Amino acid sequence: MKKGTMIIDGYKIAYEGEKNILEVVRKAGIELPTFCYHSELSIYGACRMCIVEDQWGGTIASCSTPPKDGMVIYTNTPKIQKHRCMILELLLSNHHRDCTVCEKNGKCKLQDLAVRFGIKGIRFSAMPDNQELDDSSASIVRNPNKCIMCGDCIRMCEEVQGVGVLGLAYRGSKIKVTSAFNRQLAQVQCVNCGQCTAVCPTGALHVKNETKKVWDVLSNKNKRVVAQIAPALRIALGEEFGLEPGEIVTGKIVAAMRKLGFDEIYDTGIAADLTVMEETKEFTEKFKEGGTFPLFTSCCPAWVRYAEHKYPELLCNISSCRSPQQMFGAVIKEHYRNTREIDGRDTVMVSIMPCTAKKFEASRPELEVHGERDVDIVITTQELAFMIKEAGIVFNELEAESMDMPFGLASGAGLIFGVTGGVAEAVLRRCYKQKTAKTLKEIIFTGVRGMEGIKEAEIDLEGRSMRVAVVHGLNNAQKIVKLIKSGEKQYDFVEVMACPGGCIGGAGQPIPASAGTKKLRAKGIYEVDRTSQIKRSEENPMIMALYNGILQNKRHLLHVSRECHACKKE
Amino acid sequence: MLTNCQIEKANEIIEKHQRKKSALIAVLQEVQKEYRYLPEPLLMHISSEMEISPAKIFSVATFYENFSLEPKGKYVIKICDGTACHVRKSIPILNALRKELNLSEEKHSTDDLLFTVETVSCLGACGLAPVITVNDKVYAKMTPKTALELLQALQKEAGK
Amino acid sequence: MKIKTVRQLEEMGQLYAGALKKQSQKVLICAGTGCVAGGSIEIYQKIKQIVDKSGLLASVELAEEKEGIGVKRSGCHGFCEMGPLVRIEPQGYLYINVKPQDCEEVVQTTLIEGKPVERLMYSWEGKVYPTQEEILFYKKQTRLVLENCGHMDAESIQEYIAKSGYKALAGALQTMEPDEICKIVSDSNLRGRGGGGFPTGRKWSQVLAQKSKIKYVVCNGDEGDPGAFMDRSIMEGDPHRMIEGMIIAGYATGASEGYVYVRAEYPLAVERLNTAVEQAREYGLLGRDILGSGFDFDVFINQGAGAFVCGEGSALTASIEGKRGMPRVRPPRTTEAGLWGRPTVLNNVETFANVSLIIQNGSEWYKSMGPEKSPGTKAFAITGNVNNTGLIEVPMGTTLREVIFEIGGGIRDGNGFKAVQIGGPSGACLTEEHLDLPLDFDSLKKVGAMIGSGGLVVMDEETCMVEVARFFMNFTQNESCGKCVPCREGTRRMQEILERIVEGKGMVKDLDLLYDIADTVSSASLCGLGKTAGNPVVSTLKYFKDEYLAHVVDKRCPAGSCQALKIITIDQDLCKGCSKCARACPVDAVKGKVRQPYRINQDQCIKCGACIEACPFSAIKEV
Repeated sequence: MKKGTMIIDGYKIAYEGEKNILEVVRKAGIELPTFCYHSELSIYGACRMCIVEDQWGGTIASCSTPPKDGMVIYTNTPKIQKHRCMILELLLSNHHRDCTVCEKNGKCKLQDLAVRFGIKGIRFSAMPDNQELDDSSASIVRNPNKCIMCGDCIRMCEEVQGVGVLGLAYRGSKIKVTSAFNRQLAQVQCVNCGQCTAVCPTGALHVKNETKKVWDVLSNKNKRVVAQIAPALRIALGEEFGLEPGEIVTGKIVAAMRKLGFDEIYDTGIAADLTVMEETKEFTEKFKEGGTFPLFTSCCPAWVRYAEHKYPELLCNISSCRSPQQMFGAVIKEHYRNTREIDGRDTVMVSIMPCTAKKFEASRPELEVHGERDVDIVITTQELAFMIKEAGIVFNELEAESMDMPFGLASGAGLIFGVTGGVAEAVLRRCYKQKTAKTLKEIIFTGVRGMEGIKEAEIDLEGRSMRVAVVHGLNNAQKIVKLIKSGEKQYDFVEVMACPGGCIGGAGQPIPASAGTKKLRAKGIYEVDRTSQIKRSEENPMIMALYNGILQNKRHLLHVSRECHACKKE
Repeated sequence: MLTNCQIEKANEIIEKHQRKKSALIAVLQEVQKEYRYLPEPLLMHISSEMEISPAKIFSVATFYENFSLEPKGKYVIKICDGTACHVRKSIPILNALRKELNLSEEKHSTDDLLFTVETVSCLGACGLAPVITVNDKVYAKMTPKTALELLQALQKEAGK
Repeated sequence: MKIKTVRQLEEMGQLYAGALKKQSQKVLICAGTGCVAGGSIEIYQKIKQIVDKSGLLASVELAEEKEGIGVKRSGCHGFCEMGPLVRIEPQGYLYINVKPQDCEEVVQTTLIEGKPVERLMYSWEGKVYPTQEEILFYKKQTRLVLENCGHMDAESIQEYIAKSGYKALAGALQTMEPDEICKIVSDSNLRGRGGGGFPTGRKWSQVLAQKSKIKYVVCNGDEGDPGAFMDRSIMEGDPHRMIEGMIIAGYATGASEGYVYVRAEYPLAVERLNTAVEQAREYGLLGRDILGSGFDFDVFINQGAGAFVCGEGSALTASIEGKRGMPRVRPPRTTEAGLWGRPTVLNNVETFANVSLIIQNGSEWYKSMGPEKSPGTKAFAITGNVNNTGLIEVPMGTTLREVIFEIGGGIRDGNGFKAVQIGGPSGACLTEEHLDLPLDFDSLKKVGAMIGSGGLVVMDEETCMVEVARFFMNFTQNESCGKCVPCREGTRRMQEILERIVEGKGMVKDLDLLYDIADTVSSASLCGLGKTAGNPVVSTLKYFKDEYLAHVVDKRCPAGSCQALKIITIDQDLCKGCSKCARACPVDAVKGKVRQPYRINQDQCIKCGACIEACPFSAIKEV
């Protein structure tokens, strides 16, 4: 690890292993402005906002220059100030500046920096903003007129997600970020993970806002609006109201939603418990009777979509379970089937998710039951925050309330679904014969927890070894599939989450979400588990009630048939 | 849609370059030589054969001036607008040709796909400025008048 | 036929040199792009056919015993303005503007009867110059790198070997260690001819010091500067010299593969290079165990696809890798992580072509030419409004005046000199006051210019400098890769402002804004293209401020070149009031009554000139 001391604005700052000057400067407590620098992405060096001056008066980009012992730099000289302002002015001159009505208003980096650097006027003529808006996708809206070509979305899509549907096209001032042949997002192999929107510094890419639909049903007396809240919400929503990442705000969320007018508020965690039951059953049957391994999890709709595009031959290996969101929807719809005659109300299932791909998943026709969607409207954590703010609810002062029954109770196992490794851990809890506190601890230390991209664990299951892999970030999924296909690695069970960190890092969560934020959120999720009295899915009394009630003879509601390429050929 | 013949030709070119991803530009050049432009379905085919994402192929194909995603004319006329040609008045030649063929900055090819008129940055034949090329053959010391004469000769050659 | 040892190479050199001597006369028809465009290939074929018919043809390739006449397609002679060119040796006659119908006469009169064809000779101010060496254009030159260009068959490895070709390589492989070669090149102070002038030896030593097992040599033949064609001429006229330099670089740095990246606009160069590489492989000068030394090296040709920015090192390697040619941030430098992330020697064509000369003659000899800190010679392409356009080579330190007024023969049409644009879009416009400036890296840098690859575009008093700046900015913003903000947006805005000024819509404050943008673009851009993009603007603003002010304040173009600033007026004395002009005007800007002088409403006039053409009395003029 490289060590040394730099002199930044006259102060000695020691560095140790920082890859570039930018990190050292930030460590020194100076927030250098950037558009295109993200520690988890490759260095691009295009926005030039992070320039600093060296002792000879030269300008260097701090993001791409490694620190050197004794190096002297200045971060805020008149020269640097002038260049930064010019760069901002140039960017703004070519930007669709309808800030007040922009989806990213208040969350836009360009707006932020324009305020910070006091840009008061633009000396250039405005460019015509006539590029077509792309709202073809169920999850993502792309407005090319607001793009500043920082390339963050492209690198996120390719480097972290291994999807690569976005790219640069043309060059010079005609350059643009687009998909192949300028097709719309719905026409390319986008998996709707939305991570591009999470890194986009402006309103060029944002999550499709569907709050209007929710307001509409909330005000309609003929609708029974039933909500489900995903596990990852409760430790992140608070960030929108100035609370720390990881702070558990489940009770406040419920209280706020009651005020908003939701009729019934339930926990998606209970459907996660159902998933654990079904998936474990599928797995252990396979494990005993033999079949093709590994079994991939199916909770993450972006992963399922990715597999459909890239590995159609593997679809048989993906669990037949619907995702928790869809299971929950199916159960609720079944629960309220034929009640219209009784109270004259239709049931509207609204799910509040950390995820943008859930919007797409809910709209998939193959998941409909009796021609009806399981889930009618999906909004993200951020969208719920918009609604709370719009209604003027002072979130931080709310008294905690609890969820409704019978579907408002989830086990700790169901709730850790929100973090990478959670599904695997929950399944392991179910698989272990001995149901003691000791075995719970043992599972924690198998290696399923943590933020490494690819984790492995090996568990002894009745004398047979069960090999588990946990990956997050689709690029890691691509890596592990390669290893499995080449025969280099063998696994029995593989958990895949598309978003780095799992659902806590979903694109519907408050932004920006740094690695540090994600760590705190994960800690919050595990705290939820630690403080819950029921740790295992099978111990959730509501689960037993469901199997003995609605789901009696109707377990098929919880599954979906996936036709894989290999089977089709036969 | 693609014909078998097109697919075979493309595969042949890809094989010739040993399926190397780094040969993408060379592959595109050869495909373009064959069809005078890069048809979208063919690029999609190359994408799956070479395992390069469509977005990437599109991004490379649109970066380089020589690639065209639109069909080009039988005669591609390039007017050099390098410094030397520019100071010896190459733009009036461009304008004369555009006017004659009803083309513009946006529209480069005639509807009958006989002619494509475009500018090129320096052909390196500065000593002969201003120069134009027709399908890579260089014509030196042109004027708007000689350019129009050349155009007529080409039209005659094409039987129009 | 593989040459397996240094001895065999020497023997072969003697054999072909002997055959070359047997050619009592040589006809060298220029087959550079310029002359080919003028029809020189037809002339070559015709002369060859006529000579062959008379049984006088002798070829070096066949190493024939009989004496005879050699007919060759040579590389660029340089005097492109006068092409197609035919040179006859040993007399040294240079025939200019040769046409197919002249061939018979050339063969009969000169080759058979030994007399000159005077009407095909160059004349200047009434004096006829029979030989190339006497012509002022050539007299002032020192042709070292271009030594063979125009003096031998460009497609013959045998002739190259006969002229001591690959001797430097043999010497290096036989008697020198890689670090010794790096040292000789370092000592020679050879600086990269591609623009920046980075010391070549230092670059090589850096690559040699890298531990990686795989290293590459890359030759930058992406000569994109408008108005430059030196590298093209070397690739076309003496490709083996460049390849030899690359092989030596490979040996000196521990690389075993070389790539030449050639512009797509140079099809002839690609063809000649491919031929040369094939020949070198056939002779065992490329491939495994070169000359029995145990050293392996091969060269591959990559063709560009039309992107000026690929002349930038990291963009060039990205392009070879099959990607968009977008420069990347540094560090790491190309010498540490270049092509495919491996240590890479990246030099341009002319730099590699210098190498064999240095190895053969030593660093002291090299340093004896030109200034100590930038020694050697430099090839320039001299073009624009000058009498003798073409390719030249002069010792570094030659002054602009010598180049433009002696070699270049002064300004065309008796016009006055106004400026010379040097270094392409990254360069600057220099004026009268810089004419005595020595052409070398450091002197030019002091005045805000750079040698670049060596394009010199001469401009006369009819050239508008604001328009020149606009032209370059248009070029740069078209060719910017679009990656970094300052270059992408800055060049676009500078172009927009310049466009405004030449259209007469500029304001005085625009000039300050231009300075401001140029400052940010040059300080904050990612790569060399952006860092130098402002030079044409800043240099013209500095040296031709008055001309800018005339455009923005007086709405007048002193050079009389900006169409929108022209004023068309009717001479009231000459106008007979025939009204033809008024009828011709498409916008009804001409007002008046029949039989009285007409006037033009300047606010309405679009300066189309229709009235001028319509006037039967030449009463309407453009000023």
